[in-house]
Amino acid sequence: MKLDARTPTGPIEQQWSNARFAMKLVNPANKRKYKVIVIGSGLAGGAAAATLAELGYDVACFCFQDSPRRAHSIAAQGGINAAKNYQNDGDSIHRLFYDTVKGGDFRARESNVHRLAEVSVDIIDQCAAMGVPFAREYGGTLANRSFGGAQVSRTFYARGQTGQQLLLGVYAALSRQIGAGKVKMFPRTEMLDVVVDPGTGRAAGVVVRDLVTGAIASYAAHAVILATGGYGNVFYLSTNAKGTNVTAAYRAYKRGAAFANPCFTQIHPTCIPVAGDYQSKLTLMSESLRNDGRVWVPKAKDDVAKHPDQIPDDARDYYLERKYPSFGNLSPRDIASRAAKEQCDDGRGVGPGGRGVYLDFRDALARDGEAQIGEKYGNLFEMYERITGEDPYKVPMRIYPAVHYTMGGLWVDYHLETTIPGLFCLGEANFSDHGANRLGASALMQGLADGYFIIPYTLGHYLAGVAAGDLADPASAPFRDAAAGVAARLDKLVSVRGKRSVDSFHKELGQILWENCGMARSKESLTFALDQIPKLRDEFWRDVTVLGERDSFNQSLEKAGRVADFLEFAELLCRDALVREESCGGHFRVEHQTLGEAKRDDDRFCHVAVWEHAGDGKDPIRHVEPLAFENVKLATRSYK
Amino acid sequence: MSNPAAPAADHARTLSLKLHIWRQADRVSPGKLVTYTVAGVSTHASFLEMLDILNEQLIANGEEPVAFDHDCREGICGACSLIINGRPHGGRAGTTTCQLHMRFFRDGDEIWIEPWRAHAFPVIKDLCVDRSAFDHVIAEGGFITANCGSAPDANDILVPKDHAERAMDAAACIGCGACVAACPNGSAMLFVAAKLAHLHHLPQGQPERSHRTQAMVTAMDAAGFGNCSNHYECEAACPKEISRDVMAMLNRDYAKAAYVAREREQKSHGSG
Repeated sequence: MKLDARTPTGPIEQQWSNARFAMKLVNPANKRKYKVIVIGSGLAGGAAAATLAELGYDVACFCFQDSPRRAHSIAAQGGINAAKNYQNDGDSIHRLFYDTVKGGDFRARESNVHRLAEVSVDIIDQCAAMGVPFAREYGGTLANRSFGGAQVSRTFYARGQTGQQLLLGVYAALSRQIGAGKVKMFPRTEMLDVVVDPGTGRAAGVVVRDLVTGAIASYAAHAVILATGGYGNVFYLSTNAKGTNVTAAYRAYKRGAAFANPCFTQIHPTCIPVAGDYQSKLTLMSESLRNDGRVWVPKAKDDVAKHPDQIPDDARDYYLERKYPSFGNLSPRDIASRAAKEQCDDGRGVGPGGRGVYLDFRDALARDGEAQIGEKYGNLFEMYERITGEDPYKVPMRIYPAVHYTMGGLWVDYHLETTIPGLFCLGEANFSDHGANRLGASALMQGLADGYFIIPYTLGHYLAGVAAGDLADPASAPFRDAAAGVAARLDKLVSVRGKRSVDSFHKELGQILWENCGMARSKESLTFALDQIPKLRDEFWRDVTVLGERDSFNQSLEKAGRVADFLEFAELLCRDALVREESCGGHFRVEHQTLGEAKRDDDRFCHVAVWEHAGDGKDPIRHVEPLAFENVKLATRSYK
Repeated sequence: MSNPAAPAADHARTLSLKLHIWRQADRVSPGKLVTYTVAGVSTHASFLEMLDILNEQLIANGEEPVAFDHDCREGICGACSLIINGRPHGGRAGTTTCQLHMRFFRDGDEIWIEPWRAHAFPVIKDLCVDRSAFDHVIAEGGFITANCGSAPDANDILVPKDHAERAMDAAACIGCGACVAACPNGSAMLFVAAKLAHLHHLPQGQPERSHRTQAMVTAMDAAGFGNCSNHYECEAACPKEISRDVMAMLNRDYAKAAYVAREREQKSHGSG
């Protein structure tokens, strides 16, 4: 497998404009002759579908939800970064670029990150023009707040519902194109395979299942865009929506798209702790709360059962402020998560099971008053109270880290194209911009950057080299074979009729991963997981029970297909974690640390790990894309 | 709190419940309420987690699990629905079904669980309904025409803070459809008015204001929603507590738009 990142030449500030100028264009009158399939309708997919339709392409968009407005981007709370420097506090494109490269622990591609920082400013303009109700100052200008991993206020927000408002903006733009007949929308439709033309090796279309009727159908296109989100649900418990899955990306991987850095998963420090074994998902409390909340645990183990009011200040350990004085409670996510685990492992965690730390607003409430704090975080406080029955205005929140985001994803070059020509990948589903750790308020930025401002250029460049008449026939052999494979797999799932539910397997897989490939990983734990996962997978195919039929609305079958893919993908994740013998960002190998901090090994691992599928039952092949740091000096990350 | 040593709200108790759940095989088959019992439900579990427990029990008995829509389970995606004891989302103020917790139920309770009931939202299976009518209404005008790339600097458009706040209040709609399900007429007035109010409280929404109002109201009628007759059940049921004031704004704008359209028509006739 040859990996060409297609990084443009020239100084980093000029690379994106040089690349855009070098790209070929499609004549406006010809654009309608090109069919483009977009899988996913979140910030990346929805923005791509809408924008490509605005340009004139013939677009079809698919999502598994009942409406494109429900994509998981909607759940993002805190905000979106942009290097506007509206606050005059020292921000710049270069600083956002620098913060993101450093925050990602030097495992992202410089050229991509710089482009992301450049287009961040356009995103805010575009969203404001589309009526996203961002928070405002009294004079009518946009308000900002600060976020973890940054010392400037560059985060734009709409209360605690920024993802919702940005997604509704995307959904509005997409709806306009649907109403105009430029996008054909397929809700409640799940992509189950990518079809690759055996002659040219290019992506030729997809096989999908209508989730209402169960019908399997094939669609051909000149290019296919995957914007199908992250794979955090491989852990079963995560902050992701229940339906999010790895299936589209994993199916593409099995068809030849390489998968990059699967072990880079982000554990978010501020989530509501697990309450019981019936727990179906975890709820994030926006990182923005760390602007005003102070994180602490009791200094003494004997104090953990005491009511927090009875623990005086000098008996509290504000451990983030103590360990990282310059970033304090705003330390990056990976660091804050590990620090919380450390306190709890030390027996100083609070709440049921001792897996929790306090996030306390006492001082902020005394300083700013309930009204001001309520204006900033009211809906988050309500959400917390609704779930836990505790009022954060009176009792400190209890939080604990949970799986939240996945930095790994399908490998893409500078054009966001995977190793299958004509198959592009955007947003969380690709690996490109966040390295080993994503900074807060950067996921929304990346999704919209990819969908609004990057793919419209790079896709045009690709299509300019494809003849419009070269559209595959969805009744041809490669499509028929792929559809038959999809049908056979689904038939197999409904015919096992074993004794265990799909969820029971998913929970067990999640437990294996959380214990052995979660916040702390070791050779021993990963080897153990790699022994357990195939056994669980075998049991799944022997003993799973999926009631109902294939050709009907069957939610168990939907889940079963996704869990079956997670059971294969989990192995790739652990394998990647095992080979990466260093600690960086969210990937913490206990063997590689200095004084409890992650210890990178730039001599051996300053690269992207790129996995190629070699066939079922065969070990995947690991390739590397070396990373060069010419603009941000490769240095040990410090937030002290 | 009686025990100051326990900051956790209450100790989890478990409940046994009798559930009457609407089962319907598909869009055309007749449905019926089927009774199930479920035991050992923690008071810390959410309502949907209670249904998960039931479904695991059904699967173990070889019965097909109950289909229900859900996704984020944190009250923002708008996928979950359910009429619980006659009330959309269970009737607790500002709460979606996924955020309704079992601590609000008592041991031995009987609970009736049905899908949204509205002409424009046909049942597709059990508790799942087809809400695509909402998408069709949005596609007719629930947007600001601003092609990607054509935006001015964001701070060139000044938005007074209170206007932005009111726009945000209306924009908080999650499109769940509780307003329609609660309305005796199956009207979508609150949903449509919320989108219009979001856009019309902002300067960016002004150029298309009149056309948008007419187009969305026309689309709403065409999608099979009923008319509003001011019951305000929608406001009471809305999990995002969107105020009925948005409907007054709609009515005002609609009257204005109709007048402007009539004027325009007369003028065009007059000039030949």
